[in-house]
Amino acid sequence: MSDHKTMTLTLIVWRQKKANDPGKFETYTAKNITEHHSFLEMLDCVNEDLIHTGKDPIVFDHDCREGICGMCSQVINGAPHGGQDRTTVCQLHMRKFKDGDTIYIEPWRARAFPIIRDLIVDRSALDKIIQAGGYTSCHTGGVADGNAILIPKPVADEAMDAAECVGCGACVAGCPNGSAMLFTGAKVSQLAILPQGKGEAATRVKNMTNTMTECGFGNCSNHYECMAACPKGINVKFIARMNREFIKALIV
Amino acid sequence: MILDGKCPTGPIEQTWDKHRFDLKLVNPANKRKYNVIVVGTGLAGGAAAASLGELGYNVQAFCYQDSPRRAHSIAAQGGINAAKNYPNDGDSIYRLFYDTIKGGDFRAREADVWRLAQVSNNIIDQCVAQGVPFGRDYAGYLDNRSFGGAQVSRTFFARGQTGQQLLLGAYSALSRQIKLGSVKMYDRREMLDLVVVDGVARGITVRNLVTGEMESYAADAVCLATGGYVNVFYLSTNAMGCSVTANWKAHKKGAFFANPCYTQIHPTCIPQAGDYQSKLTLMSESLRNDGRVWVPKKKEDCSKHPAEIAEDDRDYYLERKYPSYGNLAPRDIASRAAKEQCDDGRGVGPGGRGVYLDFEDSIKRLGEDTIRERYGNLFEMYEKITDENGYKRPMRMYPAPHYSMGGLWVDYNLMSNIPGLFVLGEANFSVHGANRLGASALMQGLADGYFVIPYTIGGYLATVKPGQVKTDHAEFKKSTEDVTAEQNKYLSINGKKTVFEFMREVGGLMWENCGMARTKESLETNLKKIPALREEFWKNVKVTGSGSELNQQLENAGRTADFLEFSELMCRDALHRNESCGGHFRSEFQDAGEAQRDDVNFCYVGAWEYKGDNKTPELHKEPLKFDNVHLAVRSYK
Repeated sequence: MSDHKTMTLTLIVWRQKKANDPGKFETYTAKNITEHHSFLEMLDCVNEDLIHTGKDPIVFDHDCREGICGMCSQVINGAPHGGQDRTTVCQLHMRKFKDGDTIYIEPWRARAFPIIRDLIVDRSALDKIIQAGGYTSCHTGGVADGNAILIPKPVADEAMDAAECVGCGACVAGCPNGSAMLFTGAKVSQLAILPQGKGEAATRVKNMTNTMTECGFGNCSNHYECMAACPKGINVKFIARMNREFIKALIV
Repeated sequence: MILDGKCPTGPIEQTWDKHRFDLKLVNPANKRKYNVIVVGTGLAGGAAAASLGELGYNVQAFCYQDSPRRAHSIAAQGGINAAKNYPNDGDSIYRLFYDTIKGGDFRAREADVWRLAQVSNNIIDQCVAQGVPFGRDYAGYLDNRSFGGAQVSRTFFARGQTGQQLLLGAYSALSRQIKLGSVKMYDRREMLDLVVVDGVARGITVRNLVTGEMESYAADAVCLATGGYVNVFYLSTNAMGCSVTANWKAHKKGAFFANPCYTQIHPTCIPQAGDYQSKLTLMSESLRNDGRVWVPKKKEDCSKHPAEIAEDDRDYYLERKYPSYGNLAPRDIASRAAKEQCDDGRGVGPGGRGVYLDFEDSIKRLGEDTIRERYGNLFEMYEKITDENGYKRPMRMYPAPHYSMGGLWVDYNLMSNIPGLFVLGEANFSVHGANRLGASALMQGLADGYFVIPYTIGGYLATVKPGQVKTDHAEFKKSTEDVTAEQNKYLSINGKKTVFEFMREVGGLMWENCGMARTKESLETNLKKIPALREEFWKNVKVTGSGSELNQQLENAGRTADFLEFSELMCRDALHRNESCGGHFRSEFQDAGEAQRDDVNFCYVGAWEYKGDNKTPELHKEPLKFDNVHLAVRSYK
């Protein structure tokens, strides 16, 4: 809105043309930004200026812009998604910054997430983990009535707490080991908590954790940075749950 | 041409069962000989790819995002309908069918809607089996909430993230098939052309969004599950990448576009804050279960803090105008009523573009914790965007483009007029008529993907010999050349305006002149201005970079070019339909603010045939027959 004061910000942004290019930081100025701009809208404005002057705009992943698709992925001033509690980049608003601020913007950095261009990384490793077992092997059709298995509210709620993961990968970006334990633990737990998923719990946890390692993700050493970075507030207790499921699977 | 939807006849209750029996089957051993392309991996596409892969077909699935899990179905908040009648409140398949036909303002096919209602119950069971954590009560039974346009509670939900959970269910089923090798997944690919050989759909041309390379894929059938087109308004609740491109390219290759003027404007979205804004955010319709909608009675109160406005000075206009449905009036009606109040100068917030959605009474009755439990994530989202606390101060809401009921024309088998081209979910026109009821989009996407296409595609494939056309066919080469030439054109213009500037302009024209209310005059204005804007685009757009790299401007240039063509068709359709129905409100045709349908002249599906660049498209009609739900004035009073 025009009646609001505007901000001028200095952006220091990671630019990298291709996966195997070295990449470097470049400096830009964002002008006429209001407190109501979302972070991505602020970048849109910078990009419009760049295009007008014939330069390549900053490339970044984004889609729904309402915090649910998990596509946006930027490390802002060292924190994945900018460090606001349970907030994706697209929901981060410029009222969290002040006039004259300098903002560092980088891509997710992890061995398992190679950079594609600028702020875009390849997160297909997360899909591979799900493909290894993040499902119940039910067929389309031929299933029982939804009320045939009773799942009391506290159980359903706990499964839902785990299921909220948007698969953005901030947990990996936040972890000093580049570990995907929170991501994997959330899916393993959701399906281990629910009766529908119990039958395959042992093979699931083994296959998913194996794939996690194969894809180049590190291990968990209890820093809890993942939980701090998670835009959905997924709790690290699900990593503990996955570890228990894993031990049970070895015994079985 | 009079179009035939090939709907089964006889008692409506038996139509789908009879049709399923009549459909030809493909022998299990032969299924693997058939290739099927599925474009889009939302609820419809994801469910279809998973189910077809499981049946044994060779499936190739495509999405423009980095993962199939990110399709915009994920953003649906409130819920999914089914006729389970678990609450024992009088629901039935027939009632869901009836409500959907009436909710759609009698502009949908009865047989399609019946089928949707019938399979709705299977969807809930399927999702539960996949591990979708639906809301449950303490005893463990599935819980329900109410949505607009129904007087029963039939909406199943997973907190405020139902779309996300259902999509992750479909994505998990799809992931399982990818692992098993029955589905090959291609992400970061955008479909830029449909390849048609001798009148039959044979494949697609896609751009690899990472390398910029054009790729050809051939198949025995192509399924488009490519979503809706309301980003034609620029600002909408859709994701940034949602476009009409796949559908428009298919349209230009001969697929009829049906009822493009039927667009849904959702009543409860966060009002726009500034010109730089890139999208609008929806607040689930479920909020209207517990929130009351009002505006000040007096214009001079609009600038006051809402707490300072006395109860008697508030106009709970939905409760006043529609006492039996109250705040749960259907979307088209609730949106128009909001616009009416704001046009009357009683809107609140910046520019007077807002109405209050107030939880004070519910918080008093149920406590803030209960409200937080039900809608906590929505209140949080509202606060992040507006910096206001919805528990303490009523939320401000304004209608925003949300969904397209129109789409590519399909017959009862979901096949378009091009043999071999199937269209699923929001991308087709089939079940919502002129207005979609809340919690029905998820139902349709999954119905089409899990329980319709697996049967109907077999009926088609059983009649064709597999693998007749390969990607070395001349039509694939030509398609690639055409698409490449178009890309090069965008890059060569080097004008002065960015793609966003053009998109904002066409979106503005559409919202102003073809939005919540349309008139002959406003539509004719657009039919002059849009071609002029399109001409300017092709002379003055500026796209930097090259085609052989990841280039988001180039992607958006293509989407914008297609919207610049499609928007004209949408206006043309709205202009020809001299009536008001559902989401299509022509100001000339109203009865004291209520839509005035003309069943004598317009009880048909209007399907447009592309006739060439800058040529007038031809209208084909499919008459609609109502044997079960009798045509009546739609009343929610």
